[in-house]
Amino acid sequence: MTSVGSADFIRILPELILSVFALLVMMLEPVTPLGKKTVLGWVAIAGVILAGLASFAIAYFPGSAFSASISNDGFSNYLIELLLLIAGLVLLGSMAYLERDAIDHGEFYALILMATVGAAFMVASTELIMVFIGLEISSISTYILAGYKRGEMQSNESSVKYFLLGSFATAFFLYGIAFVYGLTGTTNLDVVRETLVNSPQSASPQLLWLAVILMFVGLAFKVSTVPFQIWTPDVYQGAPAPVTAFLSTAPKAAAFAVLVRVFVGSFDHVASAGPVVFWLLWISAVLTMCLGNLAALWQSNVKRLLAYSSIAHAGYMLVGITAGGAEGTSAVLFYLAGYALMNVGAFILIAHLAGSDERYTNVQDFTGLAADRPGMAACLTVFMLSLAGFPSTVGFFAKFYVFRSAMHAHLTGLTIIALLNSVVSVYYYLALVVAMYMGEGKTQVSESSVPRALGFAIAVSLLGIFFLGLFPSGLLRDLNSLHVPWL
Amino acid sequence: MIPLSHILLLSVILFTLGAAGFIIRRNVITVFMCIELMLNAVNLAFIAFARRLPGLDGQLFVFFVIVVAAAEAAVGLAIIVALYRNRNSLAIDDVDSMKL
Repeated sequence: MTSVGSADFIRILPELILSVFALLVMMLEPVTPLGKKTVLGWVAIAGVILAGLASFAIAYFPGSAFSASISNDGFSNYLIELLLLIAGLVLLGSMAYLERDAIDHGEFYALILMATVGAAFMVASTELIMVFIGLEISSISTYILAGYKRGEMQSNESSVKYFLLGSFATAFFLYGIAFVYGLTGTTNLDVVRETLVNSPQSASPQLLWLAVILMFVGLAFKVSTVPFQIWTPDVYQGAPAPVTAFLSTAPKAAAFAVLVRVFVGSFDHVASAGPVVFWLLWISAVLTMCLGNLAALWQSNVKRLLAYSSIAHAGYMLVGITAGGAEGTSAVLFYLAGYALMNVGAFILIAHLAGSDERYTNVQDFTGLAADRPGMAACLTVFMLSLAGFPSTVGFFAKFYVFRSAMHAHLTGLTIIALLNSVVSVYYYLALVVAMYMGEGKTQVSESSVPRALGFAIAVSLLGIFFLGLFPSGLLRDLNSLHVPWL
Repeated sequence: MIPLSHILLLSVILFTLGAAGFIIRRNVITVFMCIELMLNAVNLAFIAFARRLPGLDGQLFVFFVIVVAAAEAAVGLAIIVALYRNRNSLAIDDVDSMKL
């Protein structure tokens, strides 16, 4: 029997700080006068900054906590910092938006913090039940966030769909956990791997395949891979744009981390499950890339277009996970950082441009934006070019590293399909750029100038995109030397 | 003592019924109940495995699942109430303001 000591609490310090600040925001909410709720946003940002400092500090206390259910290693540390960056950017980008649409309540900020706590527990846990609890903390918070505009039809619809399909997926994931527990007698991923590798005859391969497939289906819903992507376009389109910025990055990054830990870290090593895992990943990577990119070609709504684009990006990341090993994992981790920067930046800028109640989200509404507001058009162009993977932006190296890891793993067919897909994707990203720069006529979208906090968030993401696009080797070297024991 | 396979079979049947109901049913509340059915099938599987395995882990997990399901129900029903206020209907087919 192990007892809980102070070291356990130190190793989850970022999550603790975020939880305390989320509760603090909720307690301050009733005493904050109407119209001053932005203060609560700054309280939440202070929490994110403190948690970020804590996550840098706990990098010096590696090890596991709470009876090996939480692991504080380089992998979890990097992802928690990434999640905090996403949360910080979304908070900065959402304050003016909430005021403009008159939905500025403190709960919004608290829910963003709570969703981040859940995602942080997901990436740090080495115990399937703990993964499940983190998943639910983050999911339940984001169900509410998606429907944050209660009275608005589309936001509410987005929330209903996200809730129903999210819970459906969770049930599958949980059923997979139940079978893993039944086969191995434990839910700790390290022990599961050791049990299955050392005594493969103890578990019947059919039940093991069932467990792997059930868990994969559950996670596939969360990262929206084909055929489990049906909810994504509607949810991303209907949710308030800053929420979409969060939804499309933070829970996705956390679910990818779980995919890596469960499949690359554990079941890839098991002889009887390895091929099943490989083909599951291979097939869903191909389907996800192709369907995401092809469907995006026909979209006229910018949020919906970016939703299909995020499906396609999930496909590229699956290529890295299929490649597996240390190289595939670090490529995926790099991709997650780049993807988060460009997607959050694009969505919070669109949230501003769409005007009050998001009236203008069609591609033709952006026609002629470059003539009216050249600065914003330039920023949006950079985000689009980076999403398309142009050199000197992070999108290029993200794709490059993922494809390189696939080549090194001798997945030539998969790499060729991925390359063709990224060529197709250029078309729909550039369609928006062409509309902004070459379209005739006056732009429909917001005329108001960019609020300072939003401008800062966009500047940070632009800086990140160019910095990682020009000097990617530093981060990649760090990611290669994470020293994760299970790789 | 009832053999493990019988309980597991019941659990699989319940889970499949829940999943099928989720897809076939056309009322939001019923669909939500189907999800609860699936979660309870999972609980049954945990309990069945816990009887065979040493330790109380499996039984403990059931409590985690129950707590999480309760939290999910609280939020889910609130979302469904908001849906009813917006549309005066709980039919899933009416929830289609965005094209697929």
